[in-house]
Amino acid sequence: MLPKLVMRQAPSKAMVYLSPVLALVLTLVASIVLFLIMGVSPAAAWHAFFLEPISTIYGLTELVVKATPLVLIGVALALGFRAGVWNIGAEGQLILGGIFGGTTALFFYEKTGFHIIPLILIMGIIGGMLWAAIVAFLKTRFNANEILTSLMLSYVADLLMNLLIHGPLKDPDGFNFPESRLFSDSALLPILYEGTRLHIGAIIALLVVGIGWILLSRTLLGYQIKVIGDAPAAGEHAGFSPTKIIWITLLISGGAAGLAGAIEVSGPIGQIVPVISPGYGFAAIIVAYVGRLHPVGVLFSALILALSYLGGETAQIKLNLPLAVTGVFQGLLLFFLLASDVLIHYRLKFTQQATL
Amino acid sequence: MDILIAAILTIITAATPLLFAALGELITEKSGVLNLGVEGMMIMGAIIGFLTVNQTGSVTLAILASMLAGILTATVFGILVLVFHASQVPTGLALTIFGLGLSALIGQSMIGVAYEGIPKLAIPVISSIPILGDILFNQDILVYLSIFMVFVVYWFVNSSRPGLILRAVGDSHDAAHAMGYSVIKIRFLAILFGGAMAGIGGGYLSLAYSPLWVEGMTAGRGWIALALVVFASWKVGRVFMGAYLFGGITILQLHAQAIGIGIPPQVMSMLPYLATIIVLVLISSDRTKIKLNAPASLGKPFHESR
Repeated sequence: MLPKLVMRQAPSKAMVYLSPVLALVLTLVASIVLFLIMGVSPAAAWHAFFLEPISTIYGLTELVVKATPLVLIGVALALGFRAGVWNIGAEGQLILGGIFGGTTALFFYEKTGFHIIPLILIMGIIGGMLWAAIVAFLKTRFNANEILTSLMLSYVADLLMNLLIHGPLKDPDGFNFPESRLFSDSALLPILYEGTRLHIGAIIALLVVGIGWILLSRTLLGYQIKVIGDAPAAGEHAGFSPTKIIWITLLISGGAAGLAGAIEVSGPIGQIVPVISPGYGFAAIIVAYVGRLHPVGVLFSALILALSYLGGETAQIKLNLPLAVTGVFQGLLLFFLLASDVLIHYRLKFTQQATL
Repeated sequence: MDILIAAILTIITAATPLLFAALGELITEKSGVLNLGVEGMMIMGAIIGFLTVNQTGSVTLAILASMLAGILTATVFGILVLVFHASQVPTGLALTIFGLGLSALIGQSMIGVAYEGIPKLAIPVISSIPILGDILFNQDILVYLSIFMVFVVYWFVNSSRPGLILRAVGDSHDAAHAMGYSVIKIRFLAILFGGAMAGIGGGYLSLAYSPLWVEGMTAGRGWIALALVVFASWKVGRVFMGAYLFGGITILQLHAQAIGIGIPPQVMSMLPYLATIIVLVLISSDRTKIKLNAPASLGKPFHESR
């Protein structure tokens, strides 16, 4: 008896939401195999990876700190993916946001004022938008594939950061160390819970989820995004401009990634360092998919991906496991999700092999 | 003169991994499948090849292992896309994320391990021709293989019957299916070939180009290879030209520094990525040309209706 895939009459609504759960379960099962191969007890590794990090208040706040950039970028990427605009260079846009926001923070070094933090965040958004605007321009004007250009620009952004942090942004009293000055208190995001790193970025992320939700379900733009993504021909027939949608979705995702970058440097990091993100821009792609390209779903999936970072760090400290486990875990999750998604459009049919 | 020869030699070594990966992806795309996981397949080839040469000391085994690593990684992609009907773009991205993670995990024990690099194979007599001998006939086995593969792939695509079927599948999977060809099987083979070539390309990086293991050492070459296929308008000869053009740009940074031009190294390192963007822009702005040359079914899913 071999299971056969049979196309459903209509896509299964239930499977749309069950698929991420199934994928998560499969990832957890696969991680047992992974841990066994690495010669650690799966029970101990599971504990260190998935439970220990969130067993304390501090751990939970750290989870939110890591989920914040993932939510910001994930919501925005989901909008673009819905429209069929593949911005996969959010990592580069995040870096530009870090450079712009961080430079603003350094500009106001040892100054005070309540205008400083809003300026840092706005400059971060502008930085990310500028980087994404290059992609949008090349796509709409020259038809250049946005997957490749946005990704190439991520490598360029990384090198640009490296150049600046070894040059003008370097701490003048830092013994030539490639790090900026520590930001003044007035340029650091306010802490929400004393004794932790939980900052107001978490509230901004929640706001973005709300805005994204309203935009997608209650506005003409959201409708246009969905139509252009699902049926480009119908969208054009209705007079929706694909060029406009490409520009808007790229500017939104670039701006959100830039905001995340500014939040990282003025929040948990507190200065500019050569590497300001452990790949949040790429992980946010997974976040968007696991979250079903829906802002609220993104909120949940961002917590899962944040746990993969946090768990990776804990497992490294407690069990001496390499940090790379995080990447494997994230890749597996996306694999299993994509495989599980087959059940949205198809169902399994167990048929007796016909005998001739 | 010596500087010129050195420059040409480095162009060849920089072009070879791109050539392997792009030739493989060309075949995959000719079948109508867009595999964005080239970077992931390359990096798996790089680590497995390096690991193998370290454990066994055998260059042949290491190259085969690189190839096998690429094939296995491509298998995952093939199963997801062809059996599970997953969309090709996110699956390719997943392959890259997974490959980068898994290679970093496997490579933990290989960081800082030294290897002298695969030996040069001087072809007797003709390698002693001044200048040309050194450039053309004193290379390692993989450089020869990459050039050989250009001819093989060219012949396969343009002059062989299976190549014709491959193109038919890529241009119209429904028509090919109606003619009785197994679209799924042909696409799977094309994906596996792409994986094998990307794996060898990755292996070349860790075995010959800079014989050591560094996390993420492919540094975007898989993506550049993808861009090369577009740049080449899916034509084999142009893939070869493109790979060598990019090889030239990649090594500019090394030699500019050696000569002492005062440009920061980071800016020089940006060149290959910026060149990729420029090349994409130049080639893509002619929409009709892209439309004429790209496999018509590229990226579209296929489901047997009967």
